[in-house]
Amino acid sequence: MTERESFIDYLSRRGISRRGFLGFCAVTASALALPMGAARTMAANLAAAQRPCVIWLSFQECTGCTESLTRAAEPTIESLILDQLSLDYHHTLQAASGEAAELARQNAIDDNFGSYVLIVDGAVPTGEQATWSTIAGQTNLDMLKETLDGAALVIAVGTCATFGGVPAAAAIAAERPNQSGAKGVGDLMSASEVPERPLVNVPGCPPVPGAMTGVIAHFLAFGTPPELDDLRRPVAYFADTVHQRCPRLMHFRNERFALAFDDEGARNGYCLAKLGCKGPKAHNACATLKWNLGTSFPMLSGHGCLGCAEPGFWDRTLAPEGDRFLGSAFYPDAPPAA
Amino acid sequence: MNTVVVDPVTRIEGHLRIEAQTENGIITAASSTGTMVRGIENMMIGRDPRDAWAIAQRICGVCTLVHGIASVRAVESALDYPIPPNAELIRNLMIGAQFVHDHVMHFYHLHALDWVDVVSALDADPAATADLQQGLSAWPNNSSAYFADVQQRLAGFVGSGQLGIFANGYWGHPEYRLPPELNLLAFAHYLEALQWQREAARLHALLGGKNPHPNFVVGGAPCVLDGNAGRTAMDRNGRRLMAQIITGMQTFVDQVYVPDTLAIARYYKDWSARGEGVGNFMAYGEFPDALGGADDTAGLFIPRGAILNRDLSSVLPVDLDDPEQVSEDVSHAWYDYSAGNAQGLHPYDGETRPNYTGPTPPYAHIDPQQAYSWLKSPRWQGLPMEVGPLARVVMLYATGHQDTRDLVDASLADLELPLSALFSTLGRVAARTLETKLIADRMSDWQAQLEANISAGDLATHNADLFYPQSWPASARGAGYMEAPRGALAHWVVIGDGRIANYQCVVPSTWNAGPRDAAGQEGPYEAALRGHPLHDPAQPIEILRTIHSFDPCLACAVHVADPDGGGMIQIATTTGAAL
Repeated sequence: MTERESFIDYLSRRGISRRGFLGFCAVTASALALPMGAARTMAANLAAAQRPCVIWLSFQECTGCTESLTRAAEPTIESLILDQLSLDYHHTLQAASGEAAELARQNAIDDNFGSYVLIVDGAVPTGEQATWSTIAGQTNLDMLKETLDGAALVIAVGTCATFGGVPAAAAIAAERPNQSGAKGVGDLMSASEVPERPLVNVPGCPPVPGAMTGVIAHFLAFGTPPELDDLRRPVAYFADTVHQRCPRLMHFRNERFALAFDDEGARNGYCLAKLGCKGPKAHNACATLKWNLGTSFPMLSGHGCLGCAEPGFWDRTLAPEGDRFLGSAFYPDAPPAA
Repeated sequence: MNTVVVDPVTRIEGHLRIEAQTENGIITAASSTGTMVRGIENMMIGRDPRDAWAIAQRICGVCTLVHGIASVRAVESALDYPIPPNAELIRNLMIGAQFVHDHVMHFYHLHALDWVDVVSALDADPAATADLQQGLSAWPNNSSAYFADVQQRLAGFVGSGQLGIFANGYWGHPEYRLPPELNLLAFAHYLEALQWQREAARLHALLGGKNPHPNFVVGGAPCVLDGNAGRTAMDRNGRRLMAQIITGMQTFVDQVYVPDTLAIARYYKDWSARGEGVGNFMAYGEFPDALGGADDTAGLFIPRGAILNRDLSSVLPVDLDDPEQVSEDVSHAWYDYSAGNAQGLHPYDGETRPNYTGPTPPYAHIDPQQAYSWLKSPRWQGLPMEVGPLARVVMLYATGHQDTRDLVDASLADLELPLSALFSTLGRVAARTLETKLIADRMSDWQAQLEANISAGDLATHNADLFYPQSWPASARGAGYMEAPRGALAHWVVIGDGRIANYQCVVPSTWNAGPRDAAGQEGPYEAALRGHPLHDPAQPIEILRTIHSFDPCLACAVHVADPDGGGMIQIATTTGAAL
């Protein structure tokens, strides 16, 4: 490896304009609701930084979180991987496979011990089921332990890595609440099964891309995570419910509800609560940041919110009280009355 | 004899391990191992069948949508539940968009680095690269200055000493054969495709609210048409945007993806005689007629059928309900069947009891004589079948689809290759590209039909008549099929008393990546690797080329139902009492 250069040297050699760079900082500062002047501080700090090393580990996952990240508008995945980060290990994107890939991870750990960012997607199977997911012959739990050790910050992305997600959903046929003992990173830290390190949770199935890049940008600029709530979620994206920011809210207040997915009420933009929308219980930024370059989000197209960023959203938390499987978690059990 | 291990196989979805035995530098046998399992089917039991799509869809976020579609179709099949023509068109548009998005990203972001030496692009002459581009297509990013910029960006990146995702690639490997200019062109398109795919994914956001993991609903599509401007996505502006997105997809496919594939293929023609696999192909079919619906398999754009031993003169009928056709074998998988592992089971009667008997981690090798994968081995009439783009293109070709024949024949003529070249690693890559064009072109038709319906005042997107459990029979079962980008996919659902009693998924990468069966027949990945020469076993790029040509999706491929024993139907019975 050649001598590393500072971020600003790198950018200027790359011919990136100072104005474009400030624009990125302004957009990010605004999305994170940072105080006035933060964009300038951010720009100054970022300019002095090297591209920080990021190691991304994927466990019991579906790769939806990575796919979501590639949909991010600002910063884009191209600028993240080429200009802002050194993404040294990421199964879906990296060129190297097999031993060469594992060597890249080991080098990244050794060269950046104590300073790299670890991003995790997917849950980790534990106990007797630790063999339910291995990479290079190693259990996910061992790989996580080994890689957590030198991490300055851990970002758990997606509901699986944050709260266990789908892998931890109840399997009633097996009479087991969690077949593979799947756990999120925070639970593993609390249980002392892995080393404790500063952790940010960005839930969602998958997370809104801007929520992931916002946390990364904040760390790049300030070396710290943004303000977090008691579930270690960034307040900027998870303080409000989707319902509070829904453009159909006015109709909810006026008790105007869609009663079928394609009725006149649905087309008029009436509230979807009577078709099962979980918006009032769902903390996420879908209604504010929207999805796919601001194109839409579920309620705008016509389906209620599934509450996919909430802990246990497949099971009892958001389902009717009592038997977690009595009735649908997402739809009414009988045709709604006007 | 030596063993070459590739674990993790990267640039795929999920967790895959390949072990290959070599003699004198030639692969004599290979084993494909899926190394991760979650148990998603088992989570279905006892739930409301209307919820299944949302959970099933989380099987995979790359081919997002495919399990959601298969699931709603399975429940609709079980309940004999027709959906409005507009909903069928919306699903076709979303499935079409998924194909185009997924195949382009596979080519540039998951597969290209097996053929394209990124570092060599630093030696390219930008002016010659511009000439090359201008000779390939009318794509507007074709100036010397443009390629000089891309090259400067790459040089800056490489010069920083932090190679990130490109670290430890096999750069400079003698098996990389493209001239520097084509490497630079392909790298430029790697970056452009990242930008392009964000636009392409917007179609799912319009019709399904978000991507990845757009929304579906049993009985139709959760999307209002021609709704309140500003408060619904598919208002006048949304409809205009959809037309633009489709045009943008078609343009990129015609001007970038297709010409790049052919330009690169020209340098790797020896790969048209390597990597075939089992020589048996199967498709369930896709893109129903809007009026006929999914039950009308005669109306499918991509036909259903099976072809054995490359015999294009005979397309055999496929029936998902026939207990003699589809089965899953677990003789080499980490599961046990209650009646012993010698016999496969049809998915309606499927059972899946995990029993990890592999080596204790950390381990160096699996034992292919024992169970060695979390994937089962699906078989059709006892035979391993390849599914995916090559199977579909072969099916279209064999059934005489004229556009397919024209496109395939012209491409082969352009490369000066015979029809048999299709049955190879290169043929699989080309088939994926060509079917992308066929599907992208078709999207305009579905969009025009949808617009015509809207203009005629037909705004129905959901059939509420059978949506609520009160209207369902006490027991029902059905199979929901689809063509996922990676191949034939089906979900089998059994419904009892308004709950799911049984749920099984048999998915494309299980067909392709599964292990040997009780008869010792290899799966398609394993068969495809046999005979590959490895230039340097320490840098087994040849293995990556053929495995990536299948576009592995391992999170999809692995499934499990019942950790504590008993068949699926028995489980439903015992837990039914506990509900």
